[in-house]
This record gives sequence, C-alpha cells and structure tokens, in this order.
Amino acid sequence: MTAVVELNKVNQHYGKLQVLHEISWSLQPGEIMGLFGHNGAGKTTSIRLILGLIRPSGGELNVLGGQAHDARVRQQIGFLPENIMFYPQLTGLETLQHFARLKGAPMSQVADLLEQVGLTAAGSQRVKAYSKGMRQRLGLAQALLGDPRLLIMDEPTVGLDPIATQSLYRLMEQLRSQGTSIIICSHVLPGVESYIDKAVVMARGRLEVVGDLYQLREHAGLPVRIRVRGLEGRELALPGIDSRNTLHDGWEELAVRPQSRLEVVSRLLQEQPQDLEVRPPSLEDLYCYYTEKAGAVGVAGVQQ
Amino acid sequence: MKQIFNIARKEFSDGLRNRWMLAISLLFSVLAVGIAWFGAAASGQVGFTSIPATIASLASLATFLMPLIALLLAYDAIVGEEEGGTLMLLLTYPLSRSQLLTGKFLGHGMILGLATLLGFGSAAVAIAVLVPDVSLGLLASAFIRFILSSTLLGLVFLAFAYVLSSRATEKSTAAGLALGVWFLFVLVFDLALLTILVVTEGRISPELLPWLLLLNPTDIYRLINLAGFEAGAQGLGVMSLASDLPMGLTALWACLLAWLAVILAWAHLAFAKRVG
Repeated sequence: MTAVVELNKVNQHYGKLQVLHEISWSLQPGEIMGLFGHNGAGKTTSIRLILGLIRPSGGELNVLGGQAHDARVRQQIGFLPENIMFYPQLTGLETLQHFARLKGAPMSQVADLLEQVGLTAAGSQRVKAYSKGMRQRLGLAQALLGDPRLLIMDEPTVGLDPIATQSLYRLMEQLRSQGTSIIICSHVLPGVESYIDKAVVMARGRLEVVGDLYQLREHAGLPVRIRVRGLEGRELALPGIDSRNTLHDGWEELAVRPQSRLEVVSRLLQEQPQDLEVRPPSLEDLYCYYTEKAGAVGVAGVQQ
Repeated sequence: MKQIFNIARKEFSDGLRNRWMLAISLLFSVLAVGIAWFGAAASGQVGFTSIPATIASLASLATFLMPLIALLLAYDAIVGEEEGGTLMLLLTYPLSRSQLLTGKFLGHGMILGLATLLGFGSAAVAIAVLVPDVSLGLLASAFIRFILSSTLLGLVFLAFAYVLSSRATEKSTAAGLALGVWFLFVLVFDLALLTILVVTEGRISPELLPWLLLLNPTDIYRLINLAGFEAGAQGLGVMSLASDLPMGLTALWACLLAWLAVILAWAHLAFAKRVG
C-alpha cells in the first residue's frame, strides 16, 4: 500500500537553527494519526512541510505520491488550522463558496457541508458575527471541501462544545472508513486517545516515538494501574508490584509492571474482590513519559 | 488562470461591498466637475475655460490622489491577510503566491480603473453635454488619454503597495511605508529636483536633468497629460524641464508601463521571499 504521507530523515533549518532532526514516519490510507509534542517540538513545522508551505532542508518528503507544493496534491488535502479566521465581511455561505472555487470543489457540496456542521441557518450571517465554535465548524466544512484524501487538523476541538466535539470525532471515524487519512494535532489527549490508530510524539524537533498505543505502552514499560475493592488489609503475594496504595471506599491501587499484569489480575480474581479495574497507561501518561525522557535521552524508536 | 480570476473576483466584490468603488467614483466625479467649472475661479473666471486647462488641473489633482488611493486600497493586501489569519489558509490551497498576487492586482486594478472611468468619465460627459461649441474629438482624446494614464499611474502605486505589504510584518508598518512612498514621489521628489537645480546653478549637465523626471512615475504621468498642450507645461515647476526631453508620447507611455512592470516584478519577488 502506498503511504499517503511519508517522511524519510527529514531535516528542517531556519537559518542556522535546526528545528527538525531526521524525522521519519509514514501515514497509510484510512489511518488516523495523532501528532503530539510540547510547544516548539516541531509539530507546526511538520505540518507546514506536509502542506507544502515550506520545503524540507534535507531528507525526503512524499505527500499523496507527489511533491507537497504541487497544486494537484494540494487539491486533495484539507486543512483546519488552529484558531481559524475567515474574512469577516463574508457570510458563512460566501466563505465556503469562495474556498470551494479555489479548491475546484463542486458548488453543490457547499450546502451539504454547511448542513453537516450545523450552520445552515447561520449560513447567511456574516462571519464576524460567528462565535469561536461556529468559526471552527465553518473551518471544518472548509477543510472537507473537495472530499480530501488527507485531512490535517490542528487543535480542531478548541472552541467546540462537548456535543460538537463528539460529532467531530464521529466524523473522523466516518472519514476513516471512507479511506481518508487524518493527521490530528491536539493537546486534549484523553479526547483523541480512542480514535487514533497511531501516535507520533515529538520533542525538541526530534521524533521521540511512533507507533500505535499498544506499541507505545510496550516500549515505555510504564506500570499498569490495577484498582481492587474489598481486599483491604489482606496479605497479597503478587509478582511485579511497584506500589500498593489505599484509596477510598475500600479501593486500593496497585502499580504493576506491565509484564506481570495478567498474572496479577488472575491472582486478584482468585481472592474474589468486590470490584476490579485495570488502567493501562493513558496517552497522556505516555506523552508525559516520552516528553520528559526527551530531556535526558535522544531518539527512542518503535519505528513502524 | 482560473485561480487568478477567483481571487480577482473576491477583491472586486469586496471593493463593491465596502463601497470603495462608489466612494472613489463619486470623489473623482465631484472633483472633476468642480475643477472643470471652477478651476479658474482664483483668476476671477467661473465656468468651463478650455480642455487643456481642465486636463492640466485634473492631472495635477490626480497626481496627488491616484497614488494615495491606490496605496490605501492595497497596502494591506498581503500583511492584512496574514494579520487576519487567512494568508496561511489560502497558501495551503492549490494556488501559487504569484497567482494570489496577480489576482489581487487584477481585482484592485478593476476597482481603480472602473472608478476612474466612471468618475472622470462623468465629467467628460458633463462637459460634452453642457458646454456649447466644445470640440468633441479633442475632448474625447484628451479624456481617454487622461483616464488611461491615471489608471496606469494608479496601477504603478498598487504594485508599490504590494511590495510594502509583502515586506511589512504589521499592517501599521505597511500603512506608514505607504505614506512614505506617497510623500517621496508626490511631494519630495520634485522639491528635491528643484533644489538641485537651484543649488547647482547649472553646473549639472542640462541634458541630464530632464531625464531625472523619468525616475518618478507621477512626473511621467503629468508629462503624458501635458504633451500636446504645449502652453500647459509652462509655469509648472519641474515640468518646465520636460521641454528639453527628447521623448515622444509613446516613449513616455512605455516608461510608465516599464515602471509598472518593474515594481510588479519586485512585488512578486518580495511576496515569494516573505516567510509565512
């Protein structure tokens, strides 16, 4: 399968400052990839490269089988920037029509997209009267013009209420099922965790890790948190336990080394607890781990 | 080409929407009619005097106004898009920087050209209708030349505005630079040339000085409009140098077009180099 986006040892310099160091990853058709990193980690530069706004100083970058700045490639990319702004004097409808003409998208799509993002009624209002959330939804409609094969969204949920956020995530899943590849940058990690197929974590312009959540967890080796209720005060001879803390209402939390988690769960069940929960390291835990690690260690690689 | 048209269409409809076009047309129309009838009021004469006098007065006025209006219309063309947050989005579309700039030039140029035609054209119509015994042939040729050259002068300053807008990092800086360009070409240049004439007391080659007029597009514009009206060139400061300029009308048009080509190329280069 040909990758939708492929970076091979991409470097980027701004004058003497190197902002990207040998970045390599790829995105396959129908994949949702989270691009994460602290401010200044290189996410925006990576996005600008993929959008063809800048050209790599070194390495290879292939987007949709061509050069990122090629008009035919750009026609197949939808982009929702962070804090999207439009021409305040245009209405929502006029805005979408203008961008549809620039994208070469059919005009018939404009009304459908306005409806899809819930802005049909507000379509005749000038954008200057739009709330941040409405602007964001109009931005999403703009990004979907021309049915892009690659959708890039930078902090798409900023300004969206919980219901609009959920519909955005559902839309992402729907687009994935249609074969659209998605790159999403977000600091709301718990929100995107269940929707991404792959995560790329960057720090200080370097790729810290790339892989699915399972691979990231395996590689990081962070403890799995197992919560049990109804076993307080009981002596438990369990393998691979790092800590055991009492919580409230009879709950206790065990920090278990990942390789021992199945055996620990199995033994705990034999003790017949009232309740049991297994909490693997979250995306946020993994992000913090890799970002903090970046200060001391160089590139870690669970390369796919 | 389609993308250029799409951008031009947006700029033109913006010009209609924010009433720029209406305002410029009305301003030109009122001033032109006023000058045609009351231009000689200072000498105690009220009413239409002559075509050369009217064109000379209109050209003096347009020398001030066209550059100012063009600069005001376009100083924020690029930096304003960036400050408004739309430039980056536009550049992710299948649209090159060159197409974006050309589209804006076309849109702004249409606003300027149409407003000039409507504004000054209405004065020509008023003269044709209201003044008895006016030579319609002379009136038409003088006004056509005047409207075309005014538009061309405006286009040169639109191109200047794109250069400033591409180089400035803030809209306020672009506005300040635009005023600076206006001062330089409309006020300072001629004064500087006159100062040189006076201070050097003829020590500079007399053949060289008239050529210096070509370094200012507003002077070329005035030369184009005064050509053919020999009497009109007298007593107009540095314009009197023009009588020593061995250049025909066609060459003057070519010079103004060359100004446009060079500044527009500079604007494309400045925008291409702009980080953003």
